[in-house]
Amino acid sequence: MNLSAIFGEALRALRQNRLRTGLTMLGMIIGVAAVVLMLSIGQGARTKINETIAAMGSNLLLVVPGATSSGGFSFGSGSVRTLTINDANAIAELSSIRSTAPVTSGTVQLNYAAKNWSTLITGTTPEYFDVGNWAMESGTAFTESEVRSAARVVVLGSITAKSLFGDEEPVGKTVRITNRPFLVVGVLMAKGQSLTGRDQDDNVFVPISTSERQITGNQFPGSIRYMLVQGASAEEMDLAEIEITQLLRQRHRIPNGKDNDFTVRNLTAIADVATDAAKVMSIVLGAIASVSLLVGGIGIMNIMLVSVTERTREIGIRMAIGANQRAILTQFLLEAMMICIMGGLIGLLIGIGGAWLVSQVADMLIVITLGMIGLAFLFSSAVGIFFGFYPAQKAASLKPVDALRYE
Amino acid sequence: MSSIQTTHSTQSLIQLEQLCKSYSLQDVHGQTITTQVLYHINLTIHQGEFVAIMGHSGSGKSTLMNILGCLDTPTSGSYWLSGKNVAALSSNELAQIRNRNIGFVFQGFNLLKRMTALDNVATPLLYAGISRSKSRKQALEFLRHTGLEDFAMHQPNQLSGGQQQRVAISRALINHPSLILADEPTGNLDSQTSNDIMQLFEKLNRDQGITIVLVTHEDDIAAYAKRLIHLKDGHVTIDKNNTEVTALHETF
Repeated sequence: MNLSAIFGEALRALRQNRLRTGLTMLGMIIGVAAVVLMLSIGQGARTKINETIAAMGSNLLLVVPGATSSGGFSFGSGSVRTLTINDANAIAELSSIRSTAPVTSGTVQLNYAAKNWSTLITGTTPEYFDVGNWAMESGTAFTESEVRSAARVVVLGSITAKSLFGDEEPVGKTVRITNRPFLVVGVLMAKGQSLTGRDQDDNVFVPISTSERQITGNQFPGSIRYMLVQGASAEEMDLAEIEITQLLRQRHRIPNGKDNDFTVRNLTAIADVATDAAKVMSIVLGAIASVSLLVGGIGIMNIMLVSVTERTREIGIRMAIGANQRAILTQFLLEAMMICIMGGLIGLLIGIGGAWLVSQVADMLIVITLGMIGLAFLFSSAVGIFFGFYPAQKAASLKPVDALRYE
Repeated sequence: MSSIQTTHSTQSLIQLEQLCKSYSLQDVHGQTITTQVLYHINLTIHQGEFVAIMGHSGSGKSTLMNILGCLDTPTSGSYWLSGKNVAALSSNELAQIRNRNIGFVFQGFNLLKRMTALDNVATPLLYAGISRSKSRKQALEFLRHTGLEDFAMHQPNQLSGGQQQRVAISRALINHPSLILADEPTGNLDSQTSNDIMQLFEKLNRDQGITIVLVTHEDDIAAYAKRLIHLKDGHVTIDKNNTEVTALHETF
């Protein structure tokens, strides 16, 4: 008997017992749908985090003023202002460092025409856009010479630009910041939330000198809120951290045995933790979903065993009219596999539908890859073969005379 | 008899030599109990014969039938079918013999449920590797011969006993076997239908030269056969030509 004929026989047998076939398939459907849904949620979370990390910039260190503790008291980092623009310039000279961007910040009121917008202002240098991996939507960043001359130029975050200008092109227009006119030189591309969930696009950027002298003012001239440091390479991040620490201790004249008056944080390490957490999450989700697939598989084996017992006489008749062991084995194996593959396909569709629903309802990023679909298909056929083989083997190894005599 | 045991005539379809069959069962105490069913059967059936194997229940006639049909294997002794030693064949080869050389007709019809008469008849062809459409075409031809063309798309439970048995006979014949084994083929049928079925067998034997081995315990059914073999407690007690019935039929 050729394979297509056996396939026909198997299909006929499944059709004869629609309800049972359907219920058995349901186990498979739920299993595969759960796996696809969980994998897509996990993959979505990983993709989201990877995007955020890529947007953040690579090999980043954050240096903030203030020690974690001083003389028995704990201070929040950043609570004192010990870092200066000169520190940032000195750090930029280190061999393990690519560039640095000092940052001051505050809150300001912006006006354009009749519109008002209150937002964060960041005073920094042109390096900031490079280190922070910012791309320009239109226009350019401000220049080194504009920093030196404390020019009244501003780069707008995408949300700020949208809020003030609507569909109008902001570059070349003048906005008023705390009632002083500023020329808009650039608008940034949207970046979305940071790892900590802060919206990064509602922000304006001005030269650090301009910010200090004309907008926020500064109690301690030259001091900064924090600096972003980009290491020369991923391998040298630890070295960069050590070099920065040594240099700053030396510049700040901190004697041995006393605590640092600054803190260096490795943002890449934080990103790695987030990536690992997402990875673990998707593995755990996948594992939990796999259990339901396993249960579905056992259900198939159970039903196939019952089916073999119930159809012992049929098997006997088939053997009497010429079915060999291989034909019987193949038929029962095909029945199990057809339940699994059909269940797998339906489960896949339901899983994809469920993923879409979750993305709509929970506003989550859901990613379905071709590999995932292949995996679900492969897994369901594997379950069919694995759990279908024993019952099929049992059917094929029946002795014709015993099978025929079975009541 | 000794000459039969050593020569394997090409005309002899079936040749049994010192064939024994015993079953081993475990009783409730785990002790093995061996029951011997057939004792040293020597039997030769030639191509074209119509043989009735008779005996009471427990005489071993069904066991003998199962062995003849390659559904069961002898414990000792040998069985030559068309010159082939059945004991030496693999389960695949036995399946092939059942498919090509032997047609079965059972007491309980043994049709596949929820399958049309047509597909039931076509199934042996499928197992012989013939395509579904070709098999169906041929099956319809065979149903036409047995007058069941109109019932081709009926399922067994929609057919009468006699019709079911005709379907079963069509199925047995479809691969042009040299041997038909019929195990109490009329056991579930009324006497009129039984006679119809037996006349069909007789016709097949007479017109197509198909060898028919019939198991029955009814004398009037056995009367259709040309040779009678009586089994009692696993021994052949009578093996004779059915002269009276032959004579009876000659009067027609």
